Formats: sequence, C-alpha cells, structure tokens
Amino acid sequence: MSALPMAGAPAATNTIGLTKHDYRGAPTTLCAGCGHNSISNQIVAAMYELNVLPENVVKFSGIGCSSKSPTYFMNRSFGFNSLHGRMPSIATGALFGDHTLKGIGVSGDGDSASIGMGQFKHVMRRNLNMVYIVENNGVYGLTKGQFSATAEVGLELKRQGVNPYMPIDICMEAIISNATFIARSFAGNAKQVKELVKAAFSHRGIAVLDIISPCVTFNNADSAHHSYAWGRDHEEPLHDLTYIAPREEIMLDKELEEGEVREVTMHDGSIILLKNLDKGYDPTNRFEAVRALEEAQRNNWLITGLIYKAPEKSSLVDSYNLVDTPLNRLTESDLRPTPEMINKVNALMF
Amino acid sequence: MTKAINDFSIIIGTKNGSGSSTANNTILRSIFKMGIPVSGKNLFPSNIQGLPTWYTIRVSKDGYLGRREEQDIVITLNPDSFMRDLASVPPGGAFFYADDIKLPISRADIAVYSMPIKKLIKDDANIPGNFRELVGNMIYVGVLAQMIGIDLDAVHAALEFHFKGKQKPIDMNFGAVKAGAEWAKANLEKKDSFYVEPMNKTEGLIMADGNTAAAIGSVFGGAQFVAWYPITPATSIAEGMNEYLPMLRKREDGKHTYAVVQAEDELAAIGMAIGAGWSGLRAMTSTSGPGLSLMTEFVGLAYYAEVPVVIWDVQRIGPSTGLPTRTSQADLSFVAEIGHGDSDSIILLPGDVNECFDFGWQSFDIAERAQAPVFVLSDLDIGMNQWMSRPFEYPKTPMDRGKVLWEKDLEELKGNWGRYLDKDGDAIAYRTLPGNKYPLSSYFTRGTGHDEHAKYTEDSTMFVRNMDRLKRKYETIKKYLPKPILHATKGAEVGILAYGSTEAAINEARVRLERDHDMKTDFLRVRALPLTQEVDEFIAKHDRIYVVEMNRDGQMHQRLTLAHPESAMKLISVAYGDGLPASARWVREGILAKHTNVPVSKSAAKAMPAKKKTSVKQTKTVSKNSRKGVK
Repeated sequence: MSALPMAGAPAATNTIGLTKHDYRGAPTTLCAGCGHNSISNQIVAAMYELNVLPENVVKFSGIGCSSKSPTYFMNRSFGFNSLHGRMPSIATGALFGDHTLKGIGVSGDGDSASIGMGQFKHVMRRNLNMVYIVENNGVYGLTKGQFSATAEVGLELKRQGVNPYMPIDICMEAIISNATFIARSFAGNAKQVKELVKAAFSHRGIAVLDIISPCVTFNNADSAHHSYAWGRDHEEPLHDLTYIAPREEIMLDKELEEGEVREVTMHDGSIILLKNLDKGYDPTNRFEAVRALEEAQRNNWLITGLIYKAPEKSSLVDSYNLVDTPLNRLTESDLRPTPEMINKVNALMF
Repeated sequence: MTKAINDFSIIIGTKNGSGSSTANNTILRSIFKMGIPVSGKNLFPSNIQGLPTWYTIRVSKDGYLGRREEQDIVITLNPDSFMRDLASVPPGGAFFYADDIKLPISRADIAVYSMPIKKLIKDDANIPGNFRELVGNMIYVGVLAQMIGIDLDAVHAALEFHFKGKQKPIDMNFGAVKAGAEWAKANLEKKDSFYVEPMNKTEGLIMADGNTAAAIGSVFGGAQFVAWYPITPATSIAEGMNEYLPMLRKREDGKHTYAVVQAEDELAAIGMAIGAGWSGLRAMTSTSGPGLSLMTEFVGLAYYAEVPVVIWDVQRIGPSTGLPTRTSQADLSFVAEIGHGDSDSIILLPGDVNECFDFGWQSFDIAERAQAPVFVLSDLDIGMNQWMSRPFEYPKTPMDRGKVLWEKDLEELKGNWGRYLDKDGDAIAYRTLPGNKYPLSSYFTRGTGHDEHAKYTEDSTMFVRNMDRLKRKYETIKKYLPKPILHATKGAEVGILAYGSTEAAINEARVRLERDHDMKTDFLRVRALPLTQEVDEFIAKHDRIYVVEMNRDGQMHQRLTLAHPESAMKLISVAYGDGLPASARWVREGILAKHTNVPVSKSAAKAMPAKKKTSVKQTKTVSKNSRKGVK
C-alpha cells in the first residue's frame, strides 16, 4: 500500500511529487500477454504523466477478466469491483458522494455489451463524469472462451463452434445513446491508448474507450477480429493523436501544413492534437462519426482514434447543482431540517 | 329508528380516472375537521381510466381506524358496479346513486336516494363544460353532507386546504357542494339512521398517508441520495422526496445537499443507492415486491461488502405481478432470507403513519451503524391510505453516522486500520469514504472473498472468520433496533403477535374479544427483525400466541416456530392474504376459529376435562362455558 521508492537510484517524480510506483496496483493475475495488462500499464503511465492525485480517482468495474484489472493499477485510489454488468449504476451513485472525484471504470464486452447493456446505454445518456473503458476481446475469458456479443459473425472457437450472431459495436451503441466522448483503440497500439486515456480523463462527462484487447488464451487466431495479428493488419488510425495538457506548449512538426492538423479543445483547457488527417475526419461531427463507424463495419476496418467528441455539456453530477462541499462531508447541521420545520410539515398534513 | 351517530362506514363507487379523489378526500377532511375520528381507504384497480374503483370512509367515534367490512352508506356513480354496489348495502343501510343510471332497484329494506348529478351540474352556470365531470363529483359531497349532517363550513375548509387557498376552484367546487346540499334539502326525505355530529377527538392530530410520512421522515433523516424506479404502491415515496427535499432543505445559495435520480430499472436504482451509500451518502430506494426481486442480487453485495443503504418495500400482493393495487405482508420471508449464500437482514416494520416517519430517519442511523442494507417493510394500506395520526415528532436523537474514519482519524491511527478488521470487538469495522485524501485511506471493495484489509483472498479460514463476524454483527445491531410494542391486559393468557398495518384492526378486535368472548389478550407488535429478546419473553409468558398476518403461509409464524421449536405447539398462525386491508372482524373470527384446536396449557389441562377442550366454532356460537373451556 505505501509508496516506497524503488531501491537504488532515486525514482523520478511527477509535478505533484509522486513516483510511477504511486500509480501501480497489485501484480496482475491475468494471462501473460493479455491485452488488459498493457491497458493497465498505460493507465498508470497516463495518470502519472497527468499528475493526478490517486486519491482523486475512483476505480470501478463489473465482473470478468477486464473487471479484475482495476486491482492492477492505482492502489491508492478507492475501488469498487461490483456486479456483472452493473458497474454503471454503482459508479453513478458513488460519484455523487464527492463531485470533485473522477471515475475510471474498466469493463469488458461481456460485462457491457450483454448483461450490462441496459446500464451501459443509460450511463451514456446521463453523461456521468467517468472514463468508461471496455476491454473488448470478443470472448468470455473467466468462463473459458464463450462468444461474447462483440464477436464477429462466423468466428470459430474451440469447443464453441461457429458464432451465428451479428456483433454489437460498442462505439455505435455509445453514439446512439448520446455519449459525449467516444474513442476506439487497440491494446497493441500502446501510445495511442495512453493518449486516449489522458484525453478521456480530461473530458467532463462520459468518455468511452472501446479498446480491442486480445485474449491470448481463447481468441487470438490470426483471422479473429479481436486478435493481435488482425489488429496489426487491419488497424486504420483516423489520425495521429497527441494529448497536450493545459498550458503545455504545442510543438508541431515542421513539415505539417495548415489543414493537416486539427485541435480539439477539452473542458479543462487541454488539447487533443490530431495529425495526418488524410481521411479528413472531423470527430466533432456526430453524423460523420456514425458514418465512419458504419463504413468501418462494412469493410472490416479497425478504425482507431477519437471517433466523437460532443460540444461541452454538463455532466450528470454537475447538473444537480450540488453544494461546493462534497456531499459525503456534510454533517447533521447541513442535512437535518430545523425543529421549526416539523411544525410547518405537520400543518400541511390534513 | 335509533340514530347511528359517528359510527358507520361509507363506500363510494366511481369510475377510475373520473376525478373522484378530490371529492372523497373532501368528505374525509370535512368529517376530520368536525372533530370526528375518520379514516379513508382507496380500493382501486390497476388501471388509469375506466375500471370501477371504490373509496371507503370509516367514521368511528371510538377512534377505530382499521377497515370495516360492512358499509352502511353506499354511493355509486358507476353503472358498471351499480348492481354489485346495490346488493352490498346491508338491511337498514342507505344507497345513493346518480339518477342517469337507469337500472332497476328492488330493495325495500334500505333507504334509496337518487341524485340528479348531471342536471344540477348543467344548471350551474359557473362551471365550464370541461370541468363538469370533475366538479360533478362535488354534487354527491353536497347531497351526502346534507343527509348525514356534515357541516358545510367544514367542507369549505377542506376545499380551501385542497386547493391551497386558490379562490376560483374553491368557489367552483363549493358551489357544486352547495347545489347538491340545497337540492337534497328540498327534495330528499331522510330515511336512514346515519348522522355525524361534531366531536373534539381530532384536535392536534394530522391526516396523512404512510408514503408521504416516509418521505418526510427520510428528509429529516438527512437523506442525500434517492434512486428509484416507478412502481405501485411505492412511487409516492420518491415523489414525496421530490416534493419535500426542496421545501425542507432549501438553502440560501440555492444549491442542493441531495440528489434524486429516476433510474432505468430497479437493478440500477439499487445499484446507484448502494454506490452512494458506499461513498458515504445517506442513500435510499423505494420499491415493491417485483422491484425488490430485481434488487436481490445487489442486496447480497451490500450485505457482503457491508454497504449502508435503506430500502423501502411498500408491499403489494404477489406472487409475480399479483394484484398491484392491493395490500399484503407477504414479502417478509423473502426479505428476511434475501440473497444467495448465507445472509441476514435488518427489517423495520412500521405499524402506522407515525412509524413511517420515525423509521424514515431511524433507518439511516441503523444502516450507517450496521454498514448494511436496512429494509423498511411498509404496505399499500399504510403507504397509500389516509390515516388519522399524531403529529410527526422531530427526531429525538442526533444522527448516528456510524464508524467512519477521515484524514485526521487516520493520521492518529498512522494509517493502521483494516476495512474489515473487528477492532472494537462488536463485529462492526471502520470504513473510509472516497475523497479521503490520506494516502492510506483507500481500499478496494468487492463482492468476492476478502480479508480484513479488503484484499482478495480465497483462504478458507479467512472466509469463515469474516462470515462469522458478519453473523455477530447482526447480534450487535439488535440493540439499535426499535423494540416491540406491548399492549398488555391484566390477567391475559392469550397472546397476539403481529406486525405492520394490522395493528388498528387487532386493537379493535381485542376490545370485542374481551367484551363479547371474555378473551383477554396481550398484544405484542414486533417492529424489527432480527427478533429481539422481548419476543422470546412474550412467547415464554403466554400459553397460546396467535400470530396474525396478511399472507397465505403465515410467514412470521414460520420464522417464530423456527426460532422457538420448543414453543411451536403454542404458536398459532392466523394468516390470510386477499389483498384487502386487515379488518377487526377478520382478526377476531380468525382467532376464534383457531381457538378450537389449540393445545391447552398444562395448568388449564389439569383444571378442565378433556372433552370440553374443543368448543368454539364460530363467533356467534361462543358461549360463556365454551370460552371458559379453552382457558
């Protein structure tokens, strides 16, 4: 639990004086090579680089391999490993406790696209202030390799046969549910994952990261759409993406010309810098985003990057106009009406 | 004809959705305003418009508030229920009907009055066409007022209250009341014996429904987070929160100390409430049977992860969708055993509107003290019907926020704490809340096996130790629960044990049992589970204990016999569930019917020859001898 620096040379610290170790979690118990571990590592790196106080983050998850991973990053943050498919409701209530906290939720395709589909879509439309990561591998790992709802039709798995059903597209579901920040990435593209985690964390509202995160044990055949090989061969980044923290200087490559760079400004003043826009993609255009997802689906492209960022809109907790003191620090004098009020109420009861 | 003064019942049959509730409430309030004890019960269908619905008003000079099965005055405006309503009038009763219903009446044994409601309302130039049906209901208020003697000033006061002093609707409605009263005065001859006369028995009392009381009580309990999903008959709790939180917790800066979220379903409602409870808010949800079925999974998590949350179950009669608008006490076993694996439940059992208020605030104290879900099992009868009550009483004790460690506490402890560590030996551990900035404050909550520091473990010894502590926690919490209430009678050998909304009917039945059947009873009303020592003592002290409840299987009786196998023979179930509120007659007859096959206590067996043991069959056939025979 305590933040002991590594032996030997003094560890590097970020601007709030914490070492990377302060952002680490317990050793992983997932399979070697699991995409989820690489995502946990990128969360650690992103939070360290963003100089986030771990105590200001609350981790959430449901049930499944992915949902175990909050144990493997940010030990100093509170965490709640809840029920299968029910992470959104737990997070919704919990984040009312202290409106200054930010949620990072890790779910999976089974957790979010099947048993938790209802809660997934409703937390989108409520715009809860949290990063919602779906570690998407197309299979149920903990129960040993059944198809999930995001598995492509025709996928053949050992002992399961051929998947007869059409897949659910997490990003598409998010956008039609009015999510305000939607991105897709690939666990094999560590840099992009990290930049997107930072961008998502800077978003005030729900930020969905659908990260294709291969299951090396049950669904990693080269032809499977959630495998490392497929991802490497079919990834179609919409852009190169760099997160620029507030007040950080933007350094552009000299050879880039005007029109080749797009800046998306975030709530906290940070900027997402999108380069190499040969596809001319505008992530602030919702219509365009739906079209891009539809096109990717038809062509079996793994499009990655920032798919959609809505104009600023109040997050759920912000819209409740709460007192400045976190609700969970209020005391009796804030919460119990005065004795005079009982007479007022009794006068109404007739 | 002897006058029946301030002691009769009225039933009003209308079509659902016709707007009769204002009229019925006006009658209720007028009689209350005259100082006469009165209660109102809605017997309504699960429907928005069109089906027959009834409202019953009981006028009782003795202050009995339970349902009365016989209705002396029947008013019907509904052709669909007309024949049924007419047939239900007892001999000597009165029958009022809207004269546009053209159906034959062949009852010479009752007083029949027809009311030209449509004509009178049409003649009233002050009532716009689109208000005619609504305001038309006020005509029967006026006719009834005239015929039984309800003071029109009291009616006016009732309307003033209902319309919050808005002159136009008050005038319009009171105009119709007067039209009805004047017409009745000129055209109807009194042929029945029912009258109201002013008393002074309602002074200082209030009239309220339990759901409103629950909502207000919760606000006084400092409720901070409500997540809910609409369901009859619990909806008005959450709607009450929406009404009273802004009124009672208003701040100068206009900001809020609470949040109410309407969830997408009960799964999410309880999930949100548990999330909020975990983060340190006074969190609650309200639901009924079908919703609670959905909440079961999350309740198990809150039990095991030890998260405070308050869950109101306003019971309606199941199984399944059941009769959604009828009352019940049939969720007791379900809630007591809720969740897979070993579990325990804290259940509060309010018996009236005042306890809905009291448990509204107390439930938060208990939940935070116990770090556990607390259920409040109300029912439709308490929750949605109007009850004459004592005024709500300001909480007597300060809030108990339970064992919570903040930054300064952890500094003193130098971070030496464990989320599930039984430091005080009372099986309740300390918790920290998200937002705590002390670097060693956090922990990871899970529904999987955990050790005393909330770390994942599959260790068997650790698992058992934790489960044993949980068991002990439910022993500790007993001292924080509301104690049973004992209504004792000197010399009573028979005990009645019950809970919840049956209290009014039972107290009325006890008077009759003693008066007409020489049966003295002690009555213990249980107010919480787990059962406390007082219940053991009550069972030990009585030769026979009738366990009265509104469900088919005698669920409390089952729990008591399990807890007291040695007393199983003297615990007798009087259980019935038809969806209607308990009546004194049902209680009395139910007890008397079971009085035949009761094992006789040792002392009585010695005194009495065996053949005389089984003698009581029916209320009316009980003789002095037979009554003695079972003692």
